Amino acid sequence: MTVEANDPGLSIATGSGASLRPVLEWLARRAEPVAIGLVAILIGLALFSLFILAIGKSPVTLFQLMYTGGFASWFSIQNSLSRAAPLLLTALCVALPARLGLVIIGAEGAVVLGGVAAAASAMPFVGVVPPIVLFIFMGFAAMVVGGIWIGFAGFLRHYRGVNETISSLLLAYIAIALMNQFVEGLLRDPASLNKPSTKPLPKEYMLGQIPGMDVHWGLVIGVVACILSWVLIEITSFGFAARIAGGNVRAAQIQGLPVGKLIVGFTAIAGGFAGLAGMIEVAAVQGSANASLAAGYGYTGILVAFLARHNPLAIIPVAILLGGIAASGGLIQRRMGLPDATVLVLQGTLFIVILFCETFYGRFKIFNPDLWKRSL
Amino acid sequence: MEDTGIGLWGVPLAIFAGAIRVSTPFIFVSLGETITERSGRINLGLEGTLVFGAMTAYAVAVMTGSPTLGVLAAMATGAMFGTIHGWICKWPKVNDIAIGIAMMQFGLGLAFFLGKSFIQPVAPKLPSIPLGGWSAVPQVQAALNINVLFFIGAALALFLFWAFKNTRIGLILRVVGDSTDAARAMGISPDRVRLLATAAGGSLAAIGGAYLSLYYPGSWNEGISSGQGLMAVALVIFARWNPIGCFLAALLFGGAGALGPALQSVGVTQGYYLFYAAPYVLTLIILIATSSPTRSLAGAPGALSLTK
Repeated sequence: MTVEANDPGLSIATGSGASLRPVLEWLARRAEPVAIGLVAILIGLALFSLFILAIGKSPVTLFQLMYTGGFASWFSIQNSLSRAAPLLLTALCVALPARLGLVIIGAEGAVVLGGVAAAASAMPFVGVVPPIVLFIFMGFAAMVVGGIWIGFAGFLRHYRGVNETISSLLLAYIAIALMNQFVEGLLRDPASLNKPSTKPLPKEYMLGQIPGMDVHWGLVIGVVACILSWVLIEITSFGFAARIAGGNVRAAQIQGLPVGKLIVGFTAIAGGFAGLAGMIEVAAVQGSANASLAAGYGYTGILVAFLARHNPLAIIPVAILLGGIAASGGLIQRRMGLPDATVLVLQGTLFIVILFCETFYGRFKIFNPDLWKRSL
Repeated sequence: MEDTGIGLWGVPLAIFAGAIRVSTPFIFVSLGETITERSGRINLGLEGTLVFGAMTAYAVAVMTGSPTLGVLAAMATGAMFGTIHGWICKWPKVNDIAIGIAMMQFGLGLAFFLGKSFIQPVAPKLPSIPLGGWSAVPQVQAALNINVLFFIGAALALFLFWAFKNTRIGLILRVVGDSTDAARAMGISPDRVRLLATAAGGSLAAIGGAYLSLYYPGSWNEGISSGQGLMAVALVIFARWNPIGCFLAALLFGGAGALGPALQSVGVTQGYYLFYAAPYVLTLIILIATSSPTRSLAGAPGALSLTK
């Protein structure tokens, strides 16, 4: 491992005075996840390159295309940012419960039902209220439904002892069936023949683009949600209590913390964010609720959250990175004749390697804050 | 059941036939997961293994013309996926549930990637045994046309039930699953046992996948699995880590899964999609009914992270 070279504290350390110690300690603590994360990504990319070589294609061309398609021009950057928007929210759906030690993988369910709720709640108000009010209605409906959906998994976990990983995933399958039922039945627009959908929103009621950019407002909503989540976890006492309960449930209970309320509350907020991702898909991209809502954002969000080590601020760059990889999928498909699943293989490889690299935490002295206390 | 000659009797018959047809993948995946979980580890990645197994079996059957070779190839790839999972999980601080989720995404991605060119060709199917010769009703004959793998699965359930209790390997597996420390004290390497158990579990799950692509529904496409690999994990909890329980629970799930198509065949089209959700709802209800927040589950291996 060559992670030591990445540590910025090393060169300053030798000749500096005592006032630098807290800074160095802080750096050492912060450098560890960044360094290990970067090394994990490099190993993942190397393994993926071997795979691409094995099927007789050039990994160099592939990475060039990935860069071209995801980040090289303003056009492709905007494309990546648009794709990152729902990932920010679905990643929060994994990251927030993770602070309580819960592994929720059913964000997809909250996305699709949030989308249906948003579309349904918009119907009576289109043309009656101004667009901004409509968006608030839609967002509220989506967050409530998403919150109930994932909050239920949290509820079952605490009050019935049902494993939340499995229950949230089962709920996702149930949610997709419910969405199909609504979209093909009760809420179906008779005009949608080939692809059953709800009644499309008129153009003036679509969530538009950020001024000066070809990226919809969903990106701003996602980034704000990440910042709010960071504040919630790091600064509020609610977040502090959640971190304690995530570390040791018994200790939290002995301290008198309301563990049940924390679990249900955090999972509900998490689900609310995923529901909001569904609302954005409807209001900014699709214009109506239909089967395209189940596009796998919930599943990619799991990867984003784990890559970001469940830190809401780290989710922002990671989501943009994965949005860029997804954005380049089409280009790779056209230019190299590789199937669209190429992106999935890369994501899966990165995911496995990143989880594997968890084992390196605490193994390198350079990242130990105590080392910097003692040696200076 | 286009012929309405047997009227509403078609519904229970279709559910019965469906239970047998739909349950086979559940049997294999849940038996595989039972072996893995009995060793104290959980592999949530079996969904990916199942789909990759389905793709491998189909591709090999297309290329060699032999569905049996397809099943064997699927087993080999399943064991490989299990070995990767088992090897990664032996490292400290690595979470087996999270690795399972990652392996699921990886397996699905790789299966879709490599399987792209096999969506068109038609593979030979696995043989089935016609047991309905005594009846003159074609529906009954069709319902009793049972695939060999179903019987193998049933036999395997009985064998595992016996083997867990009565063989040396079964005992070692249970010791490792109940207490890592006790296993170490006996001179057994828990990591090695768990690696082998995960590999065995993966290869069984891949048979479930092979059944999907080579018998029912009998084709390869990206939507071949509807979460059987994951539901099987819930099913193992419901069956209390008992192989015979797994077999019976798989039949129940198969019946629930066959409800939608059976009702549709007699003209009930209302709530079509809701009936498709029946197996998931059933799984969830069973999990809720059988779990408890205060005590650990009866029969659960002591070292299993799932129930802690």
